[in-house]
Amino acid sequence: MSTIDFSQLTIGDTVVEAEIPLSRASLVDYAAASGDHNPIHWSERFATEVGLEGVIAHGMLSMAVVIAPIVEWLGDPGSVVDYRTRFSAPVLVPDAESGTPATPTASLALSATVGAVDAALGTARIDVTVKSGETDVLSRTQVRVSR
Amino acid sequence: MPVNTEKQGASYSLPRPYEVSREAIAEFALATGAEADYHFDAEAATSLGYRDVVAPTTFAVIIAQKSEAAYISDPDSGIDFSKVVHGSEQFSFTRPIVAGDSLEATTHVDGVRAAGSNAMITTRTEITDVAAQPVVTVTSTIVVRGDGE
Repeated sequence: MSTIDFSQLTIGDTVVEAEIPLSRASLVDYAAASGDHNPIHWSERFATEVGLEGVIAHGMLSMAVVIAPIVEWLGDPGSVVDYRTRFSAPVLVPDAESGTPATPTASLALSATVGAVDAALGTARIDVTVKSGETDVLSRTQVRVSR
Repeated sequence: MPVNTEKQGASYSLPRPYEVSREAIAEFALATGAEADYHFDAEAATSLGYRDVVAPTTFAVIIAQKSEAAYISDPDSGIDFSKVVHGSEQFSFTRPIVAGDSLEATTHVDGVRAAGSNAMITTRTEITDVAAQPVVTVTSTIVVRGDGE
């Protein structure tokens, strides 16, 4: 059961804000953990050959790192009933110019606000914006939660 | 070969269940910034009422993409994987995935439609446990870019 008191939530409240760094190492780690080895996420040559500006993050990596702090805020992973997003722009993740490939070269800024709440039912909809720089990289991102 | 619209309505299942391990959950959690202790520590998970460590929210994509791959790699689907762009993703949960789950998955090709020179495909993967009870439904849309771009 979520540790959040739904009666204290008001539409428009910002409940989670975070800045999430990404590096080439992040993409390799996600490829290994997820089994998604598409070379557009690790080969600069291949990515540019298929028309991208360079190596891009897995959309599903962005989707995963965005929900993590929201679930921590909720307190119970079982509180998430539905999680959806659209991938509206690629996130370029260049190789670090020197040193370890774990050096962040991109970041995602997320802001989660209360879009709807029903305190009696113990349900809420959390609307999330996710930007890389000035660009919305995920859109119509919603988390439906239940106490 | 263009995307085959006659595949709408087809279904593809995993050849054998996906066995959810503590190690796979921990690796996925570490790779996705999911730092809560219930992803790593069974006692922390049982104190919240779960049978074992709990998978991060989007862990089901591992299983869904294995199941979707059977469709995408079917020569009869007409999909050139190098031209696939991910459009959207949705997870609808009955319950969270926990370590020890043995999960079946069936991908249904709900929609295949032409959009200009592109094709837009919607798949729905139903993930169920050994008791055939629903766990999570994963809905995904992909765009297959045509030669016009």
